[in-house]
Amino acid sequence: MPTRIVVSGLAKSFVMHLQGGVELPVVSNVDFSVESGECVVLGGPSGAGKSSILKMVYGNYGADGGQILIRDGDRLVDVAAAAPRRIIRLRESTIGYVSQFLRVVPRVSALDVVAEPLVARGVDRDTARARAGAMLDRLNVPRRLFDLPPATFSGGEQQRVNVARGFVTDHPILLLDEPTASLDAGNRSVVVSLIAEKKAAGVAMLGIFHDEEVRSAVADRIVDVAAFRIAA
Amino acid sequence: MNALPPTAATVAHDTPAYNFAYLDEQTKRMIRRAILKGIAIPGYQVPFASREMPMPYGWGTGGVQVTAAVLGPDDVLKVIDQGADDTTNAVAIRGFFRKTAGVRTTTHTAEATVIQTRHRIPEAPLAEHQILVYQVPIPEPLRFLEPRETETRTMHALEEYGLMHVKLYEDIARHGHIATTYAYPVKVDGRYIMDPSPTPKFDNPKMHRSKALQLFGAGREKRIYAIPPHTDVVSLDFEDHPFKVQTFAQPCALCAAEGVYLDEVLLDDKGGRMFVCSDTDNCEERRAAGHRGALAGDDISRKDRS
Amino acid sequence: MSALAALPESGEEKPLLHVSKLSHWYGERLGCRDVSFDVYPGEVVAIVGESGSGKTTLLNCLAGRLRPTAGVVEYLMRDGRARNVLSLTEAERRFLARTDWGFVHQNPSDGLRMTVSAGANVGERLMAIGDRHYGTIRETALDWLGRVEIASDRIDDEPRAFSGGMRQRLQIARNLVTRPRLVFMDEPTGGLDVSVQARLLDLLRSLVTDLGLAAIIVTHDLAVARLLSHRMLVMKNGVVVEQGLTDRLLDDPRHAYTQLLVSSILQV
Repeated sequence: MPTRIVVSGLAKSFVMHLQGGVELPVVSNVDFSVESGECVVLGGPSGAGKSSILKMVYGNYGADGGQILIRDGDRLVDVAAAAPRRIIRLRESTIGYVSQFLRVVPRVSALDVVAEPLVARGVDRDTARARAGAMLDRLNVPRRLFDLPPATFSGGEQQRVNVARGFVTDHPILLLDEPTASLDAGNRSVVVSLIAEKKAAGVAMLGIFHDEEVRSAVADRIVDVAAFRIAA
Repeated sequence: MNALPPTAATVAHDTPAYNFAYLDEQTKRMIRRAILKGIAIPGYQVPFASREMPMPYGWGTGGVQVTAAVLGPDDVLKVIDQGADDTTNAVAIRGFFRKTAGVRTTTHTAEATVIQTRHRIPEAPLAEHQILVYQVPIPEPLRFLEPRETETRTMHALEEYGLMHVKLYEDIARHGHIATTYAYPVKVDGRYIMDPSPTPKFDNPKMHRSKALQLFGAGREKRIYAIPPHTDVVSLDFEDHPFKVQTFAQPCALCAAEGVYLDEVLLDDKGGRMFVCSDTDNCEERRAAGHRGALAGDDISRKDRS
Repeated sequence: MSALAALPESGEEKPLLHVSKLSHWYGERLGCRDVSFDVYPGEVVAIVGESGSGKTTLLNCLAGRLRPTAGVVEYLMRDGRARNVLSLTEAERRFLARTDWGFVHQNPSDGLRMTVSAGANVGERLMAIGDRHYGTIRETALDWLGRVEIASDRIDDEPRAFSGGMRQRLQIARNLVTRPRLVFMDEPTGGLDVSVQARLLDLLRSLVTDLGLAAIIVTHDLAVARLLSHRMLVMKNGVVVEQGLTDRLLDDPRHAYTQLLVSSILQV
């Protein structure tokens, strides 16, 4: 199984210029890797920097040092150093992300929110919408909501739209930031089985799960982020 | 009046103190230079130092200055206003040049060497030895849509003429056809878009490869432009809405002419009307040659009463 | 850095617009200084910053509407050659501006002909490049009005009779009808109601995606930047203080000014 993500020597701190330039160290010397077909879970207490690591891997946060090597087809790309549009292309082709909260786009229907990443990857709109509908069905989103923009949905419904959007594509790498946080037991188990299917398909996953039950169901390994807490 | 040599102050002694054709020689030279430049660049509006003339703007100050600059003592001048030789403006300008230049005047198109016109081109084809001088109120065809002179000049310079079709588009969108019936824009010599002055579009084809030199003078706007003889003049249009001239359902009521531009004349307040030649000279000559229209030779008022 | 990671991308495409060391001074006063960045085909770049930060000066320099004091702006022409925009003749620049470029003004009346119909506003660029078939022009205009959600029965109305949002949508259609590859936008949603803004943003977003447009959008509204742009330049006092991936700049701002901007967003 090829290695999809290799993180080494990664470091991150925040400099708060509005608070007199105080520096908040987050993590340093982060080292781990994720293989194809495995789900690695970042563990540790809240505030340990799990989410920051996930966001750095996605390119959403900048890194202060170290490398984040991502296998993109037959190339390796260092997200920590890549140009913005390289990262954008990487997100289209390789890295999917399920965030905690749905960022709502005005007027776009739930179905199109889910279909959008497929369209961006070149799937034709009808096929994309059909696959999006199937995914929403699986996550028990009522069909009457498909054509409505999710802005007015409940937190759980929005989260499911978000999960559907993340899982609908066949990105070889998937980053999961608390995808089950506000789901009921039934939908949590849908997500667990979605993750199992992704594993079987060889997708490398890196995630954060606070829910003990889900974590133990999906995690192949747990990387303890507390160990990276400013080792120096 | 007899022809006199073209030197200063040679007009008959009953017209004191005027130089030949009113304008001083330097001014006429300046205008001639503008005319020559205009001829060299067909359709291009040449700025010139328009003078105050003894008539209000809108009465042909531009045309009169051009006429004054090209007129020689041997010329025979015809002046028409809306095709007619007998309207106030035409009569006054003829009188003006008779007085200040002592030139012979005429109403016969064939006889004239210089024809100053407002809003018409004579029906009879013009010849090489003739000059047609147009009075122009607004020389800039793009002005309708683009008020900035700096911008319209740039558009001419760069041949950016899409805007002209916007005007024609608007016509079709609003009326179902190109409803512009006068001052219909033309392209001269394949280069400049030109406003032919407010002549009816009926006259546009007459400008195309005309044997006569055509000069345009706009006094208030201080522009002169020209179409040299035998120059291509093409009316703008769309492929699916080609340029067409007006047609008239009936011939001239006086001379029975067809294929000429007719004026509608109201006869009473009960809807009585007749259509007669706009070109009065053409009409008179046809009648003299024996052509008779439906109302020709009758006492119109009596016939109407009956 | 490992040798593998440092491998250059093969078949790297050329930037559509290449800006290098661009500066503009209004006499003694600085407009913008030493701005450098590239825009690639299909990429949307937002220029953000407060009023007076030099955003619009920069945009006008890029679009050839203002001659910069120093610097280079290169544009990749349709024939694949990069040309310095500043050394184009006026005729070439104007031709570029009405075919391969678009410019969307904040105030629609600056970009529209207010006294001719909506259809003619859209059709003007077509006529300017030599389209001479009324039926085709009108059909294309109708198609574009539809795309910007203006009812077809408004085609013969003048923009004077349109609401602000409609006018802005009409301006967009007028610009896009020649399928430009690069569109400059100066506060395209400025001065519109929030709901109207949302509709316009959504429309812009889908048009940009569907047509693969590259765009440079000047805005002071970070939400607009987030929604529409891939990359962002943050300007302050005429200088670009930070640039990069839009979501990274908004979620992990580094420069003090960017942090201030981000922290000043009202949360709803």
